[in-house]
Amino acid sequence: MPLERDMQPRSLFEKVWDAHVVRPETDDTPAVLYIDLHLVHEVTSPQAFDMLRARGLRVRRPDLTLATMDHSTPTVPIKSLKDIEVVSEPAAAKQIRQLEANCKEFGIELRGFFSGQRGVVHVIGPELGATQPGKTIVCGDSHTSTHGAFGALAFGIGTTEVGHVLATQCLLQRKPKTLAIELAGRPGPGVTAKDLILRIIGTIGVAGGTGHVIEYRGEAISALSMEQRMTVCNMSIEAGARAGMIAPDDVTYEYMAGRPLAPKGKDWDAALERWRKLPSDPGARFDREVRIDVSRLAPMVTFGTNPGMVVEIDQPVPESGDIAFKKALDYMRVEAGKPLLGTPVDVVFIGSCTNGRLGDIRDAARILKGRKVADNVRLLVVPGSDQTKREAEAEGLDEIIRAAGGEWREPGCSMCIGMNGDIVPPGKLAVSTSNRNFEGRQGPGARTILASPITAAAAAVKGVVADPRELLG
Amino acid sequence: MEPIRTIRSKTVVLPFDDIDTDQIIPARFLTTTTKDGLGQHLFSNWRYADDGTPRPDFALNRPEAKGATILVAGRNFGCGSSREHAPWALVDYGFRAVVSSEFADIFRNNALKNGLLPVIVDAETHAWLLANPGAEITVDLESTTLTLPDGRAVSFPIDRFSRYCLMNGLDQLGFLLEQRDAIAEYERRVQA
Repeated sequence: MPLERDMQPRSLFEKVWDAHVVRPETDDTPAVLYIDLHLVHEVTSPQAFDMLRARGLRVRRPDLTLATMDHSTPTVPIKSLKDIEVVSEPAAAKQIRQLEANCKEFGIELRGFFSGQRGVVHVIGPELGATQPGKTIVCGDSHTSTHGAFGALAFGIGTTEVGHVLATQCLLQRKPKTLAIELAGRPGPGVTAKDLILRIIGTIGVAGGTGHVIEYRGEAISALSMEQRMTVCNMSIEAGARAGMIAPDDVTYEYMAGRPLAPKGKDWDAALERWRKLPSDPGARFDREVRIDVSRLAPMVTFGTNPGMVVEIDQPVPESGDIAFKKALDYMRVEAGKPLLGTPVDVVFIGSCTNGRLGDIRDAARILKGRKVADNVRLLVVPGSDQTKREAEAEGLDEIIRAAGGEWREPGCSMCIGMNGDIVPPGKLAVSTSNRNFEGRQGPGARTILASPITAAAAAVKGVVADPRELLG
Repeated sequence: MEPIRTIRSKTVVLPFDDIDTDQIIPARFLTTTTKDGLGQHLFSNWRYADDGTPRPDFALNRPEAKGATILVAGRNFGCGSSREHAPWALVDYGFRAVVSSEFADIFRNNALKNGLLPVIVDAETHAWLLANPGAEITVDLESTTLTLPDGRAVSFPIDRFSRYCLMNGLDQLGFLLEQRDAIAEYERRVQA
């Protein structure tokens, strides 16, 4: 049987899946899939730990479990943990305390406050070198798809499944289908990874990837840095996909070398040999294939209330008779038939697991340097992690942001999800580098335009939705 | 968990496609550390005016919606975040089934683990249900059929393992825990 399997060309996804099947699926039961890395945060874990206690279970592999707090944490500086009670709502403070207590009780290492390694869970996993090619990675968070940028199979799960993984290090899964998305051509200056993924979601739709694992491939993907690849894979879930993957290559290995949790010495050499076998074999079959030419792509902005409602920045908002579409335009106070260019903006948010990494902050700083944030705009820049913050400050990016009139904050999910007090006021319009423009996502009544860090920074400077290419110089 | 066999109810209809989990339960209610009491926040931004009073025109607030345990929603229900608070809120409110033509993957998985039945129907049946709020329908898990008021029955797909667990009121962890030996064997194999 192994011989026959070896002869069949396999995709990257199939190779990772096959290597983690503890018990194959049958008509009656799903596959038992082993999980190599379980990321845990404060919002989706408390009820799972309660379940363990109620059933007298331990965490099977605390060594494969990595915890941090990010969703409900404050982004104002704190001097001691006592400050959390002061700056946060009681429920958020309790959640943070509970994660600390749960990690202690179950022997899980916590990258908490003052560890110097805290941050958005999908930023710190790669930064620490815990995210590696060929791994299965899960977290009680849908943006776990981010880690697929390394050629890992990474997907979000619910809290019941968080409990399953804590107790057994395994999940019950039906094998998903595969979807290859090839991006042909190379886009011009000012068009970033964020614009690529928004274009993909606009093309296949917010349910276009349902039931599938996407493999992104093609010239425009290979040319991306690891951080940019993470931006693409991060939003796979916004196309409905379980996961998004990119084949590991030298860009991947260069990023990983020397990271604290990456293999070292002989182990590194052995890992490299394994990883180089992961990319899809020539002739590997996918359930679906989509090809998109991105050579003439412009910066993208969303106009509606889901990430599939997106246009090139200089193009008019489309028209449609669909009731959900009309409802979305009413909510956004956007007119069909006109471009968004020139629309006044109230808030600009740069951060999140989509665009809160060093390269994103550099991109924003490029636009902000020597310029001022418009009087009508509040600019909030939130680094993805403690490490990102240190690195950005070492380059003086915080100074550029402050000098422009922006706020430079402590790491966390912040205004992407609005759980920590950082919200867009009712009715106000934000240009945000985050991943969801759902109604009220950034606060009740808040209106969101999703865009890249340079498009967001351009809006901050101009005070209106603006084409960043005019400011790149 | 209560075993599920047959659910008979009038429907409540939210006819919009792509209803995301931020609408089902906004993030500001996720600072809870339990599963309890989330029903009061279900569809909070749509259900209540800014001053906290119920909006009379919202489907769930209409008198005829009282007591309904089946929600009919537009295509791609439950897209967005992985928050299990979404099915917890629906179940706590009193829903036992959601009918749509398509569900987001993570929501569907979460629903199945909480005794909330995601019922996928064909486009024609879906369109009829969307156009006829309050219709009295029956969802039968044993025969995997949805029966319309005129007696016409349509079958719906459901994973056999999930169906078995739901019909017997079992949670899925029991099965996983029984795999201990296979899991230990796997760990030995990959470490070798």
